[in-house]
Amino acid sequence: MTAIDSSNTESTNAHVHDLGMPAGPDITTISGAIDASIAANGEKQTALKAKDLKTDQEVRWCPGCGDYVILNAVQSFLPSLGIAREDMVIVSGIGCSSRFPYYMNTYGMHSIHGRAPAIATGLAASRPDLSVWVVTGDGDALSIGGNHLIHTLRRNVNLTILLFNNRIYGLTKGQYSPTSEVGKVTKSTPMGSIDAPFNPVSLALGADATFVGRAMDSDRKGLTDVLRQAAEHQGTSLVEIYQNCNIFNDGAFELLKDPNTGPMWTIPLVHGEPLVFGPGGASCVVRDDFGGLRIAESNQVDASQIVVHDAHRDDPSYAFALSRLSTQDLRYSPMGVFRSVVKPTYDRMMADQLEDAAAQEPADLDALLAGSDSWTVQ
Amino acid sequence: MTGTNPGISPAANGVAPGMHPAVDPAIDAAAHSSAPGGLVKSVVELDRVVIRLAGDSGDGMQLTGGRFTSETASFGNDLSTLPNFPAEIRAPTGTLPGVSSFQLHFADHDIMTPGDAPDVLVVMNPAALKANLMDLPGGGLLIADSDEFTPRNLAKVGYASNPLEDGSLEKWQLVSVPLTSMTTDALADSGLGKKEAERSKNMFTLGLLSWMYHRPTEGTIRFLERQFRRKPQIAAANIAAFRAGFNYGETTEAFAVSYEVKPAPMAPGKYRHISGNQALSYGLVAAGQRSGLPVFLGAYPITPASDILHELSKHKAFGVRTFQAEDEIAGIGAALGASFGGALGVTTTSGPGVALKAETIGLAVMTELPLLIVDVQRGGPSTGLPTKTEQSDLLQALYGRNGEAPVPVIAPRSPGDCFDATLEAARIALTYRTPVILLSDGYLANGAEPWSIPATDELPDLRTEFATEPNGPDGEFLPYLRDPETLARPWAVPGTAGLQHRIGGLEKADKTGNISYDPENHDFMTRTRQAKVDGIAASIPATEVDDPDGDARVAVIGWGSTYGPIGAACRRIRASGRSIAQVHLRHLNPLPADLGEILARYDRVVCPEMNLGQLAMVLRAKYLVDVHSHTQVRGLPFRAAELAAVFQDVIDGTTGTVATLDTGSDTPAQTGAAL
Ligand SMILES: Cc1ncc(C[n+]2csc(CCOP(=O)(O)OP(=O)(O)O)c2C)c(N)n1
Ligand code: SF4
Ligand SMILES: [Mg+2]
Repeated sequence: MTAIDSSNTESTNAHVHDLGMPAGPDITTISGAIDASIAANGEKQTALKAKDLKTDQEVRWCPGCGDYVILNAVQSFLPSLGIAREDMVIVSGIGCSSRFPYYMNTYGMHSIHGRAPAIATGLAASRPDLSVWVVTGDGDALSIGGNHLIHTLRRNVNLTILLFNNRIYGLTKGQYSPTSEVGKVTKSTPMGSIDAPFNPVSLALGADATFVGRAMDSDRKGLTDVLRQAAEHQGTSLVEIYQNCNIFNDGAFELLKDPNTGPMWTIPLVHGEPLVFGPGGASCVVRDDFGGLRIAESNQVDASQIVVHDAHRDDPSYAFALSRLSTQDLRYSPMGVFRSVVKPTYDRMMADQLEDAAAQEPADLDALLAGSDSWTVQ
Repeated sequence: MTGTNPGISPAANGVAPGMHPAVDPAIDAAAHSSAPGGLVKSVVELDRVVIRLAGDSGDGMQLTGGRFTSETASFGNDLSTLPNFPAEIRAPTGTLPGVSSFQLHFADHDIMTPGDAPDVLVVMNPAALKANLMDLPGGGLLIADSDEFTPRNLAKVGYASNPLEDGSLEKWQLVSVPLTSMTTDALADSGLGKKEAERSKNMFTLGLLSWMYHRPTEGTIRFLERQFRRKPQIAAANIAAFRAGFNYGETTEAFAVSYEVKPAPMAPGKYRHISGNQALSYGLVAAGQRSGLPVFLGAYPITPASDILHELSKHKAFGVRTFQAEDEIAGIGAALGASFGGALGVTTTSGPGVALKAETIGLAVMTELPLLIVDVQRGGPSTGLPTKTEQSDLLQALYGRNGEAPVPVIAPRSPGDCFDATLEAARIALTYRTPVILLSDGYLANGAEPWSIPATDELPDLRTEFATEPNGPDGEFLPYLRDPETLARPWAVPGTAGLQHRIGGLEKADKTGNISYDPENHDFMTRTRQAKVDGIAASIPATEVDDPDGDARVAVIGWGSTYGPIGAACRRIRASGRSIAQVHLRHLNPLPADLGEILARYDRVVCPEMNLGQLAMVLRAKYLVDVHSHTQVRGLPFRAAELAAVFQDVIDGTTGTVATLDTGSDTPAQTGAAL
């Protein structure tokens, strides 16, 4: 054994149990250990302030990065959920955005590139008592981790996924990403990108995600509103957050942020409200002849033709059609909750199967090991 | 390999080992007569038999072999099996690639291998004959289903004439039996169509073999009733075919002799037969029970590991969660996530899957969470030989990651030992808060042996404690403050107030676990992670050296599933009057603390492996011992005779002794202790 710094010899405060007990653990209290350790420290403290969620770690994003705004919004809004800090876990992948957990005084894991949804799935499926969040980037979630993302969404594990979409690889210093527009000039695409981008909302709806929303980093109110609904949703929620990377893709969302152009190209999604937008409500969304949706001028159509937003439609095609309204330069971007439907969650169904199995046959290790074809040697 | 130590020497019975006595009693001296069904039949006592059943993959040879194994186990013989099947689910019928076989070695004493070569070969078609005949020694008993030797089937595998009739099989004791038509005749009144009735020919064959070897039949009848609970007609047909086969043996003149292999002496207790994958699965369930932690398995199907996923998914009543992930990376990711939450996270796979999991194993090394990674090795590289065995993932397990990422590695030695090895892997993972790789292989996974059912309250106590309170001097929680003895860090599960902390793949500062790019800290943490894994050696028992004569100059060292063949070869060596020491490693990382000193005691060290010398390389590098590496990658276990010849060469090269080696059987020498 290599010499270890001698100051590193204090014992941890965990209570050391008596290994000399002959009978071994009481097998009826499976996961009792987790319960015991959690119960050991009494009452849950749920009355939190934003500052209770801050850590002592220096935040290391570039000054002016959209990630700061999102962090502040999340820290201000989370206490309103009434969840104790220790019951929240944030799992992230790799990327600038994925540094997020270090700045949140909750449990957290900054994992490896693209795998956060898989790691969070195992955690959420085995610990339905926790509030599990995933923070990921457009490269992390849609490129290296695309497979995990779609499978997590279709399973409907109880997770809230925040996808920070800056349409660029920030951490690796500015290569194009799976959401970068065609023609984008970056370090790896000096002549312009020739990859067709993903629309993350369309992709999620294609995987039959039960909750899909979109928000802008700088729109505190809109962002908080979508985050709240996402957090309250039982099942996997995906929130695409448009996030400005002021170093490698500055102004990517300027069309929507600019008070002059924003209202023209943003379609606010409010459940139960007609899809009317633009200055003076000049534009609206109507059904097209092929079962999809199209943009129309409000004064050219009958009011009854204007689509009333229904986020609870079971069939995802409506929400998908909404997601297809926008172009890759972000004109006609619906913002808000596209879809929010109730489906059984993976963790609940898994827990139910365990309960059913336990009710049908007792967990008898001796019987399991003996099997049905044993014999005895005298 | 029963886990017992019977130390018996089998009674001589006039039968040359490895040679099956004639089915015609006139030429067999040891036979004694009995008169079942009015015919005069003889019973010959044997000490051991190796039977191989071979047929088309659609003929149900694995099922038949499995049932014969169960009957044999419940009769009380020691046994060892070798299933061998193609990777294709249904290769074209009647072709060589479609041949599937099952070999069973059973004996009235403890044995260590499924046998080098069969004494009895049962072939269900010409392809099975062609693919297996070369393994049947001259004089061996050959039973063939003559119905399937049609011109068309013969042509498929290139027989110009029918070998059952053209005299080319003279060297063997050939018994041609129309198994298919006798099955359909027996099922004439079953109401089944001809094609469907034919499918029961494997049960007819099993009935015949059950008669030949005095196997108890109730278990198979119960099994068939259970298996076809919802299809009573099929159950009845299979039982009828099974009985017809048995009765045929009793009444036909084609088989005038039946054989008796007495039960093997075993230590008193309760036994069952068990395959490696089954034992490993039970080990995982038991680890959950003994640790008091819920088991979470994240896995993606892959041969030959899938059966563990199948088995564990049946045991939800034990709080076992199974998650069939979208790929291997998600499987281990989910398992690690569950470990973070306080579960015993497990992922099961084979070599290609381990390659995909490498990055997450590194994350587990960095986050210092308990995690079990089970690699049921198969032939590689790439997709390789999915259904065949190999030991070629050792270096991948030891070193297949970026960075300095030490991971403890454990290997079981026999199917039943998969149970104990799993508990040991769990002990290390939980005590030291580390990922552990368990290296099984296809031979252990699918092979079976009798298993002494352990008393559950005597299994290792795996309870571990979670952190419940801050541990820092200023009332803060230090997630990387280590236990001074094990160097393990505290395991603080989400939900525990006051212990919120962040972990991850970036280098951690000592104690606080904060991100650190400090050069000194990285050097320190890298060495500390290594020291933690190296320190596990202090918790493993002294290495057992099996040298019954005590004067061996040559030691053979192995790991994993070669234990059986190496042990059998050592018995042969000792039976020839030579001495040899056997060392078999369970812990491949860290290696036992006393190993270097042990190896240094011998003039030569031989290391047989089913790879191109991976352990030998490690031993040479670590101990500067001139290891003689003997390797083979045929997708099959070593033959004991082949190993014995290698050992003999090494011994004689060292000592100059010239004596002939009896390569007959792997039974223990009269003087030697059993392994
Ligand atoms: C296996 C692996 N491949 C590549 C990388 C390098 N890498 C780190 S972050 C990243 C892209 C991040 O982009 P995104 O997810 O959009 O996050 P952002 O930095 O923009 O927030 C890449 C390619 C890595 N860390 N691991
Ligand atoms: S590179 Fe871009 S995304 Fe990353 S921290 Fe800087 S501004 Fe933010
Ligand atoms: Mg990005």
